[in-house]
Amino acid sequence: MADSKQDQADKLKAAGAGKAHGHVAKGHVASGDGQTRRSFISWVVVGWAAFAACMGGLATITMRFFAPNVLYEPQQTFRAGAVSEYAPGEVSTRWKSKFGIWIVRLDDRVVALSTICTHLGCTPNWLASEQKFKCPCHGSAFRMNGINFEGPAPRPLERHKIYLDDEGIMVVDKTVSFRQERGQWDEPESFVAV
Amino acid sequence: MDTLKHVINVLSAPQVSFLAAAIAFFFVFPPTDRFQSWNRRLRLDWLWTVKGGILLHALVIGAFFLSTLDPNFRAIVTKPDNVPIALLLFGTLFFLWLSMKQACDNDARLANDQKPNEYTDPSESKILVWPDLVYIELIAGILCMAALIFWSIALEAPLEEPANPTLSPNPAKAPWYFLGLQEMLVYFDPWLAGVVFPVIIIVGLMSLPYIDTEPGGSGYYSYSDRKLYVSLFMFGWLLLWVYLIIVGAFMRGPNWNFFGPYERWDLHKVVALTNINLSSLIWVKLLNQPLPDNIIIREMFGIAMLGFHFLVIPPLLAMTILKKFYARMGNVKYAVFMFLSMAAVSLPIKMFLRWTINLKYVVAIPGWFNL
Repeated sequence: MADSKQDQADKLKAAGAGKAHGHVAKGHVASGDGQTRRSFISWVVVGWAAFAACMGGLATITMRFFAPNVLYEPQQTFRAGAVSEYAPGEVSTRWKSKFGIWIVRLDDRVVALSTICTHLGCTPNWLASEQKFKCPCHGSAFRMNGINFEGPAPRPLERHKIYLDDEGIMVVDKTVSFRQERGQWDEPESFVAV
Repeated sequence: MDTLKHVINVLSAPQVSFLAAAIAFFFVFPPTDRFQSWNRRLRLDWLWTVKGGILLHALVIGAFFLSTLDPNFRAIVTKPDNVPIALLLFGTLFFLWLSMKQACDNDARLANDQKPNEYTDPSESKILVWPDLVYIELIAGILCMAALIFWSIALEAPLEEPANPTLSPNPAKAPWYFLGLQEMLVYFDPWLAGVVFPVIIIVGLMSLPYIDTEPGGSGYYSYSDRKLYVSLFMFGWLLLWVYLIIVGAFMRGPNWNFFGPYERWDLHKVVALTNINLSSLIWVKLLNQPLPDNIIIREMFGIAMLGFHFLVIPPLLAMTILKKFYARMGNVKYAVFMFLSMAAVSLPIKMFLRWTINLKYVVAIPGWFNL
């Protein structure tokens, strides 16, 4: 019993010495091995760079997410027929469901009104009996020429580019819009004169 | 009968019903001692007794079922979308009554130097999780599932054709829990009603525990101890949320027009609602002058009204009827509390002005700030 106890004590001592020795040795050898200030700082730099790269990647993925995956876009330019196809004072809903456009023949011009309510983007309905566009979502209403006058819509409906092609047919280009509050409704491309 | 229906239709117009509800509110849920003494004198606290509750529920439920005899009313409330909303409103009424009853009971007990009903001796107040709590949860879960299964079988899901961006349903309604927000969007610019106000509401609710640090009434239902807080919260909850959900669900019809409860949802109802800004109202209609070119001069009346509302009324209240309250709260807490309260009050004021004089903006600075 006593022997084995002595043995154990010796073993422990040896282990302790070995440990201490190893530790000292490690400290000497590894002056470039993660212990010095210089290497510590370089590890910090690497670590932060990796973190920044991860966050950057995450941000990129997030931004990519906001771009729609669908490439198909409805046609943005279409031929809307001759001026004579629209009666004076008429609001035509002919292109509403296909292109989101009302062709409106005012006194001296034909314009292409966008069907997107300027409040929150619902599609208003043309109420012929009341001569107004009325939005079913929050009750905004617009006059025939697109000016807002009821409900919460903050600005008039937008008009899109409309012009006559070589054959005298009206062409609507939805990629260009004209906004009344910016004084763009008198620009020549925003209407076809009659 | 038709005359009665017509009268109810007229009275349910928001400018009438909201005003009546708002005035009655402060007598039913008194915010101050004076209102409470009126409340007592009118015996309105009788509503929160068992007899009063039975009468209240009998009246509301009776009126509801009597109303379903009317084809227009029935057509709206039996829409699959609307049935749960109606059930929900009865639930709201019941739990409102239940909590107010408990609060009034406790108020009476405290007035007699008794402990509140919820009080239990700390050495005895133990409930075992297993089996007591777990069994209750299990039973509640099973009941919910049974109700959902019954609901899904009994009421057909209102499925429609695939979405079409050029076709908005008429009327197009948000889910019931957003109908209050949708109603708000009718009166304010989208970024205000859709972004700023919800943020203020959420931040305001989050700040409640920091504003109301008074320990009175903690841990049990009570009213008298915390009149002002309960009353203001109920104002926001009942008038600015539940009322707007009722209006949005049952009274907004085609083209987002108002319809009384017994009115047919006529697609061609003609309502003239031409908006007018406060600036045009004052400069053009009252003073017979053209609108000034300078925006600040043009909008000075609206800016002055806003300034008066948010910057003058709170200090005035602090110096007069809320003197003690202000002393207790201190500057910062009082300012936050007052900002939230005045914002909550300004909402129905603007709505009321839209209903009555079609006011569009109090301050209109296009492209920058429209309120």
